Parts: sequence; structure tokens; C-alpha cells
Amino acid sequence: MSRPPGRKQENHKISRDLFVLTYGALVAQLCKDYERDEDVNSCLDRMGYSIGIRLIDDFLAHSDVKKCRSYSETADVIAQVAFKMYLGVTPSVSCCSAAGNEFSLILDKNPLVDFVEELPAERASLCYCNLLCGVIRGALEMVQLAAEVTFLQDRLRGDAVTEIGITFLRKAEDRKHKRK
Amino acid sequence: MADEAIFLLLHNEMVAGLYRAAEQGEGENGRCTTKLESMGFRVGQGLIERFTKDTARFKDELDIMKFICKDFWTTVFKKQIDNLRTNHQGIYVLQDNKFRLLTQISAGKQYLEHAPKYLAFTCGLIRGGLSNLGIKSIVTAEVSSMPACKFQVMIQKM
Repeated sequence: MSRPPGRKQENHKISRDLFVLTYGALVAQLCKDYERDEDVNSCLDRMGYSIGIRLIDDFLAHSDVKKCRSYSETADVIAQVAFKMYLGVTPSVSCCSAAGNEFSLILDKNPLVDFVEELPAERASLCYCNLLCGVIRGALEMVQLAAEVTFLQDRLRGDAVTEIGITFLRKAEDRKHKRK
Repeated sequence: MADEAIFLLLHNEMVAGLYRAAEQGEGENGRCTTKLESMGFRVGQGLIERFTKDTARFKDELDIMKFICKDFWTTVFKKQIDNLRTNHQGIYVLQDNKFRLLTQISAGKQYLEHAPKYLAFTCGLIRGGLSNLGIKSIVTAEVSSMPACKFQVMIQKM
């Protein structure tokens, strides 16, 4: 059976659909299991953290990134390389603090919510993509960068864009060898 | 490639998370498999719709099963089913000698008792896909030695 030329891209898309659909089914199941939004959010964050600490190995193995020398370089790598590799989108990065340790990634297209129209009324404070926060936090922790990652704005909750805020926390001791 | 990694990690995390919650909660272990299977069912339904948007109509049941074994399995697990057997009376056995979701767990009999947890989602996936193609079925899986596993599909005549 001869395949049409666009098949490979389609397969790629289906793989991504598989991930998005699975994520949706997971959130739906968690909503059934937990009554409070905070429980679902924290569960998603914990799962994301476990995924992040493992995903970083895969990321470093597949990408060619060199050591990042600053927080802003790290944020750029997350946005331009990691997001592109795993979700196919490139959020824009902006630095929002004078100290240079707070960044925000603005996603105008969020593939995770491809099949979500809107949150149900009783789940108004559900952070649908909270897994992403956990993933970023876990991945950064494995490269010795402690960070707090939260959703500053969420299109599903009525805001204009989806914005993820990353705050790098300064370490108490000075590290001699600074890795990525 | 990259796509595979996140799905694999998400799937393993789902299994771990559900079982962890069950341990801390009421301890209804059997429900976890049902939950995973029903999640797989939902995903399978949606996925098969998007996948077969432009494919030609299937001639018969066997054609559908071959589609699942070749195209569907290749797109989801990056390889084809290694062996499809049928008794031509509604029972199909799909054998995968190197099932992607089990390759990272073990290569033999170690952890065999944990293997079914990782197959429930895929059973649901197959059942959901078939359901949206108009076939009502029951899908079970068995593992004798990882990473090879067999999925048994029993077509229910409506």
C-alpha cells in the first residue's frame, strides 16, 4: 500500500494527540477521584515533578545544549529547545524582575488544551496544565537549579494568554561547580 | 523519539500515581485496573477518530484487526504487532514480542507480577479504538516473559 507523502507528519501529530488525549483522560480521572481543585492541582504537580526528574535525562541526551551560564539562558533553552522538542511550540520569554531571576513564558498556543473547550463551572480554579509546572520544576532541580514554577495566567480560566512564571531561588551555599 | 518519551513517562506516572493513591485510600486494588482501562478506552475512541479520518472504509472485521496491528500500532508504539492469530470466530490474539511500555521494566521474568498494571491502559486503547470502528469487544492481556505480551480480543456479537 503506497503511503501519501504527508504521512510522517500525520503520524507525528497522532503521537502528540495520543499524549494530549491521555493527559485529558488523566485530568478527568483525577477530577472524579478528588473533590477539591487544590488536591487535583497538587496531584498533577507531583506527577509532573516525577516526570520532570526523568525527562531531563532524555532532554539532555537528545538535545545539543551547552552549559547555560545564566538564568536567562536557562529560561531561553527551556522555551526554545525543550518546549519545541516535546510540545512543538515555542513560548516567548520575558524577564520580569530586576534581580534577573524571575522569568515568564508566554504560550499563545498550548497543545495540551487542544481538545478542551472550557473548564466546567464547578472546577473554576482547576489548573489544567499544572503537570507542566511540575515537569519544569523537577527537571531544573535535577540540574541543581531550585525554582518555583506556577501558572500566572491561564487562558482556560479566562485570562488573555497562558503564562508560566519561573522564579529561580538563590541557593544558600555557594556552589563551586555550577552546572547547567 | 521525543514524543515517545513523554508518553512513556506519563503512562508510567499514571500507573504509579493511581496505585499509590489506592494504597493510601481504601485499598481497592481492582478498581485501579478498571480506571486505567477506562482511561485507555476514552483515549482509544478519540485517537481512532482522528487517525481514520482519511482512510478508506474497512472491508470486514479482519481488515480492521490488520489495521490495528499495522498502522495503529506503528503510530502509537512505533512498531507493528509481530503476530496476529485468529480462530475466524471472533477471537484474535495480537502478539507483540517487544512491547514498548514493558521494555524498560525488565527482560525476563523479573517483576512479572507488576506487568498487568502496565497493560491495562493499552487494553482500553484497543477496546476504545475498536468500539469507535463499530466493534464491541473485550480485550485482555497476558504476559509470560517481558517484554513480550499477548492481547486477546474477543468480539462480542451484538
